[in-house]
Amino acid sequence: MTSRTVALPRWLYVPAALGGAFVLLPLVAMVTRVDWSGFGDLITSDSARDALWLSLRTAACSTVLCVVLGVPMAAVLARTDVRGIGLVRSLVLLPLVIPPVVSGIALLYTFGRRGLLGHTLDVLGIEVAFTTAAVVMAQTFVSLPFLVISLEGAMRTAGQRYEVVAATLGAAPSTVFRRVTLPLVLPGLLSGAVLAFARSLGEFGATITFAGSLQGTTATLPIQIYLERVTDPDAAVALSLVLVVVAVLVIGVARTGRSAP
Amino acid sequence: MTGTPRLVYDATVAARDVTLRLEVAEGETVALLGPNGAGKSTVLGVIAGLLAPSSGRVELDGRDLAGVPPHRREVALLAQEPLLFPHLSALENVAFGPRSRGDGRSAARTGAREWLDRVGVGDLARRRPHQLSGGQAQRVAVARALAAEPRLLLLDEPMAALDVDVAPALRHLLRGVLAGRTAIVVTHDALDALLLADRVAVVEAGRIVEQGPTTDVLSRPRSAFAARIAGLNLVSGRWDGSAVRGDGIAVSGLPSDDPPAPGEDAVAVFSPTAVSVFRDPPGGSPRNALAATVTELEPLGDRFRVRATAGAIPLQAEVTAAAVAELALVPGDPVNLIVKATEVSVHGALRASSGALPADTVGP
Repeated sequence: MTSRTVALPRWLYVPAALGGAFVLLPLVAMVTRVDWSGFGDLITSDSARDALWLSLRTAACSTVLCVVLGVPMAAVLARTDVRGIGLVRSLVLLPLVIPPVVSGIALLYTFGRRGLLGHTLDVLGIEVAFTTAAVVMAQTFVSLPFLVISLEGAMRTAGQRYEVVAATLGAAPSTVFRRVTLPLVLPGLLSGAVLAFARSLGEFGATITFAGSLQGTTATLPIQIYLERVTDPDAAVALSLVLVVVAVLVIGVARTGRSAP
Repeated sequence: MTGTPRLVYDATVAARDVTLRLEVAEGETVALLGPNGAGKSTVLGVIAGLLAPSSGRVELDGRDLAGVPPHRREVALLAQEPLLFPHLSALENVAFGPRSRGDGRSAARTGAREWLDRVGVGDLARRRPHQLSGGQAQRVAVARALAAEPRLLLLDEPMAALDVDVAPALRHLLRGVLAGRTAIVVTHDALDALLLADRVAVVEAGRIVEQGPTTDVLSRPRSAFAARIAGLNLVSGRWDGSAVRGDGIAVSGLPSDDPPAPGEDAVAVFSPTAVSVFRDPPGGSPRNALAATVTELEPLGDRFRVRATAGAIPLQAEVTAAAVAELALVPGDPVNLIVKATEVSVHGALRASSGALPADTVGP
């Protein structure tokens, strides 16, 4: 490692600083608008506590779902070498690029009462739309690609050399996956899970479309902020700050996780 | 010794144009010797189950391996790089094979500890791979491969990634563990073949161009190709502490990492490129001036291989075409072959002949 690197062109610092200011200035502006005298009351009101608790619970649930579904998906995408797998990968990652409100509509027409599976679910006595389960589903739908893409990259980087060695030592595929593949991509899995959790925590569009905004049931913190923005701007700003603090904590956890050996 | 060989390989990998037939007897170590890209590693891949042959068959102890996944083949692979699992300690790495086979944790660990001791790194059991040197890691990898108790051990240039100063020690270790074990060693180093293998198959462009007992192939290669990569001068005889005394000649050399005791059988090894050809015996520092008779002159591109016999022993020297012209060499000419003793490495007797003479019967 040399300490001297090739110098960047000086003009590059101008747009870089502008970009940094563009990201940070709104946060500062928001903090200046916080009503500190009523801050404690605002963030401990019933609706605020309900929203925060609901957000943490649902984001945790959807993160678990993302891991349970996303780890196998990433493994299949990283290790399958057939024609068309590239197309499958692009389609699976679609929720990354489509607007969340579109995701919500798609979920509604799949699991809603009049949706593709609505009748089947109705017969089984299961109602999904506008329940807390719908919140978790909306969050999982939009967060899953974050975990898959991060883990698939880690698996491709790790390569198959260790897996080959494990197989020649007599380890069956399940043993190889459990004792070699997963431990080797653990950092990628952790950062993918943190990303999925953060994305779930901030989910808004798909949730409000598919799950609605019932206090304590489907009104997560972002939705609560959106609702209070008109009626009680001070509460909205206070809750926004809470969300920012939670996000900063998540980034901090992710960074220490990544720099650990 | 059973009648059927342990491994029968008779297969083609069309995509890489590798077609060859190879048998390995139980307890035998065969070296696949050849340049990079000759198809040696492809053969190992097919045997280990990592590559499917386009046609042909591979049998291990009479069992057809077609369609058998790698983990059910009982074939362990030791590669250039140790590839120790980075998240496991040295001990857990070695215990991995036995654990995968279903051994209990404590039994696997006990066995792993013994293997680590046998390869000389028992004190490093708790280290992680990143805390080991290249040579130490490769020793752990050897222990890991052997702990899996494979029917067949495949070694893919096991010394190639090591520093030159630790390679001899690992070669010495492998020489010990391969004795009596069924193994295939892929290498492009004739010395590896000489010290590790009972038999050599020379592979060129996906075909075996020559095979036979190691000493025969290395000292009397029949193909020009084998001569180029494998043509070593080997003089076997009795080590007297400074020279190997063979059939009518004595060759001074330096003992290797595996030195024979004075009076023991030994072999002196030197490359044809280390041999100079003189009409008259010169004075000077070189220890070895071997009186010989030219038997053959073989062109090798811009050089000539001069074949000669000294006493009853065939030797070769590699010289330029200009030198052959200047000396006006023709078969039948008497010459002096000059070799510096520092170019001659002396090794304990080959495994094929080891045990023929018990040490206590050897006189001074």
